[in-house]
This record gives sequence, C-alpha cells and structure tokens, in this order.
Amino acid sequence: MKKVFGKPESLKDAIFHYCAGCGHSITHRLIAEVIDEMGIRDIAIGIPPAGCAVLAYNYFDIDMLEAPHGRGCAVATGMKRTLPDKLIFSYQGDGDLAAIGTAETFHAANRGENITVIFINNAVYGMTGGQMAPTTLLGQASTTSPPGRNAILDGYPVRMSEILALLEGTKYIERCAVNTPANIIRTRRAIKKAFQYQMDDVGFTMVEVLSQCPTNWKMTPIDACKWIDEVMALSFPPGVIKDIKGKG
Amino acid sequence: MGKRVGMEVAIAASEAVALCNIDVAAVYPITPQSHMAEHLADIIHDGRIDAEFITVESEHSSISACAGASATGARVYTATSSQGLMYMHEILPIVSAMRLPVVMGNANRAVSGPLNIWNDHTDIMPQRDSGWICMFAENGQEVVDMTIQSFKIAEHPDVMLPIVLNIDGFQLTHMIEPLEFPTQKEVNKFLPPRKPFASLHPDNPISMGCFNTPDIYAETMKAKDTALHNSKKTIVKIWKEWGKQFGRTYKPVETYRAKGADTLILTMGSMGETASIAVDELRKKGAAVGLVRLRLWRPFPLDELRAAIKGCKTLIVMDRAISFGGAGGPVGTEIKSLLYHDKGRPRIVDFIMGLGGRDVTVNDFIAMVERAKKKKDETYEYYGVRE
Ligand SMILES: Cc1ncc(C[n+]2csc(CCOP(=O)(O)OP(=O)(O)O)c2C)c(N)n1
Repeated sequence: MKKVFGKPESLKDAIFHYCAGCGHSITHRLIAEVIDEMGIRDIAIGIPPAGCAVLAYNYFDIDMLEAPHGRGCAVATGMKRTLPDKLIFSYQGDGDLAAIGTAETFHAANRGENITVIFINNAVYGMTGGQMAPTTLLGQASTTSPPGRNAILDGYPVRMSEILALLEGTKYIERCAVNTPANIIRTRRAIKKAFQYQMDDVGFTMVEVLSQCPTNWKMTPIDACKWIDEVMALSFPPGVIKDIKGKG
Repeated sequence: MGKRVGMEVAIAASEAVALCNIDVAAVYPITPQSHMAEHLADIIHDGRIDAEFITVESEHSSISACAGASATGARVYTATSSQGLMYMHEILPIVSAMRLPVVMGNANRAVSGPLNIWNDHTDIMPQRDSGWICMFAENGQEVVDMTIQSFKIAEHPDVMLPIVLNIDGFQLTHMIEPLEFPTQKEVNKFLPPRKPFASLHPDNPISMGCFNTPDIYAETMKAKDTALHNSKKTIVKIWKEWGKQFGRTYKPVETYRAKGADTLILTMGSMGETASIAVDELRKKGAAVGLVRLRLWRPFPLDELRAAIKGCKTLIVMDRAISFGGAGGPVGTEIKSLLYHDKGRPRIVDFIMGLGGRDVTVNDFIAMVERAKKKKDETYEYYGVRE
C-alpha cells in the first residue's frame, strides 16, 4: 500500500501536552512539515517562548533554545547575526510578543533582522490561566477582565501585524488561522513562504496565527473554531498584510 | 473578628488587600501568583472596592505604575513572583529611594535558568539590597494579617518604605487553610487612610526621584540605610498594636521550643511548620532541639536573633537560595558575618536545600540535625542533592 500521510520527521515521538482543540499542536505540525519539505532540518533553530508552547523543544526534533518571556526576537537576532546561514525562527504567544516583548519585537522588526516570527494569537495569556492579553477582544471576558474587556480601562486589541507592517524593516507579514482545513493549508503556505524569504535573505518575516484556545475561552473545540471566523477575524482580519517581494 | 472560613491562601491575600481599601493595583500575571491577580480583578470589577485595576504589559511596568500612583498619594498594591520580581529589579531601589509605601505580595518561586515554577527563595534574595522591608509569612493566617499590617507599617511617617511580603509559592499560595478575617470596621480602626508626607499635586509642587551628583548620592544612600534600620522600631510597635487588637502576636524572630535547646534550626517562610514537627519528634527522643523563625529579613533583626539563640551550641540555617561562587546561602552567610565578633556564638551550619520545589520533609530536618552534629567545619553544604 502506498503511504500517503505520516508524522513529520522534524517532530519527535512525543505526545503533545496541549489541551484538546488547541491551535498550538496544529501549528507545531505545520512548522515541522515545512522544515521537512524544505529539507532544512539541519539548519533550523527554533526559539520557544514562556507560554503554553514553553515545552516546544520536547516536540521538535531540531535545535531549540528556550527564551525568557518576551525575549524571542532579541535572542533570535543574536543567533542570526552569528549564524547567518541558519534558519532562525522564534515562536511566541500574544502575551509574549505583544505585551512583555513588544519592545524587542518592534525593534528587531525595525532593524529588519532576517528572522521569522511565528506569532500565536489566541487572544489571552493561555499558560497562566486565561488573563487579558493586549489582543483580547473588546467585550471578551478573561480572568482579569471578568465583565469583558473595556476600552476605557484596558485599551483596544493590539494588531501587531498591522503595526509592524508600517516599519520599513519588515518584508512579509501574513495573518492566518488554524481553525479550518482551508485555513490550515494557508498557514502552512505562509510559514513556507516566510522561511523561504529568510533563506533568500529578504529580511524580517512574521506569520500571525489565530489560534483557538477552547480551555480559556471556555468553549468546546468546535465552538472555538467557529468563534475565530465569526468573531475574532472581525478584529484580526486574515490575509497578507505586507509582502515586499510579492509586490516586486 | 469575622467568621472562620476555609480559603485558598492566594485568594485570601487579595481579600486582605481589599480590606485595606487600596486605590490602585497594577499586576502582570505569573504562576503561582495568578490567583492573587485574578481575584483582585474580580474584587475591583465587582465594585467591592473603589480602585483602579491596571492590566499592564509587564512587571517592569506594574512596579513603575505603582510608583507613579503611590507618588500621587494613593494606596497601591502589586503582586508577582520569580521572573516577574527579577524583571522589577531595576525599579525596586527607585521606589524605596522615593520613600513610596508600595506593598507587594511575592509568591516565592525559583528563578530561571533552568526554568522552574516551584517554590524556593531564589527570587527574593537578589532583591535583598533594594531598600525594601522584606518579610516572610509562614501560613495563611499570617498572610492575611501581615498584608494588612504591611500597609500600616509602610505608610507610617517614621517608615515610608515599600514592603515585600513573601508567600511561598504553591506550598502556601495554593493551600486551602482555615482563616480568620478581621471585619472591615476592625481594619478601618487599625489602618487609617494614607496621609502622605509629600505627594505630587500642582497646588503644592514638589520634585521626586531627582538626579544625585557625587556630592550628595552617598548621603542619600546612607539616609535610606538609616531609614530601613530605624523602621524596625515602628514594625515592632505596629505588631504589638495588632496583637492587642486581634490577639495574634508577631515578632521579628519567633521561637518554638527553643528554651534550653543546644541545637536550633533556623527557617524562613512556610518551612517552619514542617520544621516544628521535626522539633517535636526530636524532643520526644530527648534531643534538645528547637526552632527559630526569621519573620523579618530586612531590616535584619540582629538583637532579636541574638536573644533567640542565646546559649545554643549549634545553629542550623536553612537556606533556599545560593550565592554562586560565594560564601554559601544568603541567610547563613549574613548570620555568620553578623555574629562574627560575638563571644561564645554558636557553630553555624548552613544547608542549601529545598531548591526549585524539592520537598523538605520532617525526616529531612531530622537528618540535617544529625548531619550537623558530625560536621566539623562551618562551610556550607547542599543537603539531599545528587552529585
Ligand atoms: C517576566 C515574566 N513575567 C510573567 C511570566 C508568566 N508568564 C508565563 S507565560 C505568560 C503569558 C502566556 O501567554 P501568551 O504569550 O499569550 O502565550 P500562550 O500561553 O497563550 O500560548 C506569562 C504571563 C513569566 N514567565 N515571566
């Protein structure tokens, strides 16, 4: 019988610790598939965050260095400057990237560091128990905004992709999702494109992934997937936000 | 006194903060402090107290926001742990230099790297020299009481210094304990509204946090050191007041079956409860062993420690942090240096143990007492750690 599907080689034989329906495990798999497909397992180095994906190094069968909360882009910069021919990607949540790590993300992007950021936007601080993140939607309840996010007190959902796209240093930014088969295929394509740009020395690339968090959203996995399309995508519209190369 | 209730200690800490009627809380979540942050958010959003809850983007900002709010005369609180406390490090001495009475709960957790979320004291020890009053609670009731006391101490005109209350992560924060809360009326009687010595207001312009040139910087440092040393008098006074009003007494150094003991175990934080059981077991077997608990770490209660250990031959210090490449654990090292000139001082045995959530059981304490007997010198030693 012909084998048509298998586990990516860039993933270990470890069982993901993620909750049922979580988008992290899907995204991990997509990254691993792209690394396999591009044949870059020997040169890929990943940087997991503090966040639900803190144990990513237990799953990826590539080199990884765990960064303190928010420091992914700074650590990636140091690595890429000394190992310019390696593929360096940081993997960060929205608390990690858009709260505590905003400064280093912004400045790495502004310097146009030739790194790739996989940005998991699940609209909460997942690991610490579903507190409000800068990406939490207006009206969305969280453990630190129990009546729902209130713009007057807590400001507005931060759209990091759009903000970073304004910087001349950024070359490719796309917002995707992993809530439907079609979106998963699109995300895979975006990750591949970002990695290819890095290999081609194009500059800073980021793929934002709208990622379901059924546990902290207090929804079933199916409802969480629907919520991304019906609610979250209104504040975070998927699509290519910037593509310097694509535009020629 | 209110009813006795069963409650998780992290939640209770926030309930105590609510009783103090704070004006501002600025917090960034981190395990094992998260329940403190979340419950404070609940209390404020439910309108139980009229306060601002600031959802800052990091601890560097939470402590900075606290400084700003406190400078305007507000009563402010924050809570953190481990990496969060480390991230605040830059701002901590600035808060104390500006004499701002910020109160902070720290859910003690090990510091990276390697990453570890469990309990020890490696997070607070690097903050030792930041000019904050630093206390340790042993159980849930102490967390409630000491949180309320902290606001009164910090804001007292003879003190005006920030306070960090250490609450062992998980071992204490996540325990459900029987607790007695004072009523709101009782707290109001004990803790009057804050009367700042100076606060920012255009009607009465002042500058805070000013630049110091070499001809004045040293004097500012000395003043801060003097203020911290002097704060002990007021701390003790306020603890006595608390004892009178609520019947539970607090002292900078507490003892348990220490009378006539030739060997004393010294602990900080929740470990004292386990150690006291070990003391009971050893006493049952006829060994003259007792316990000393250091409640106050800054200012260091030297006179009280001297009184507590008088006559003992061996003092076993339980250190839950290490000064790498140095003289040992921070507590052991400091006590050795403070007692250096004391004639007839005890032999000091410094054990580094209980790091990163490693359990220290009753039997471990008994084993350490045994080991201390055999130990010839005073060099520090790791207990229960594999080669
Ligand atoms: C300096 C510091 N502060 C706080 C924390 C606690 N912490 C760990 S992960 C996290 C947020 C996680 O949220 P996010 O980045 O959105 O990732 P997710 O878990 O949702 O994937 C926080 C606040 C920490 N590790 N370090």
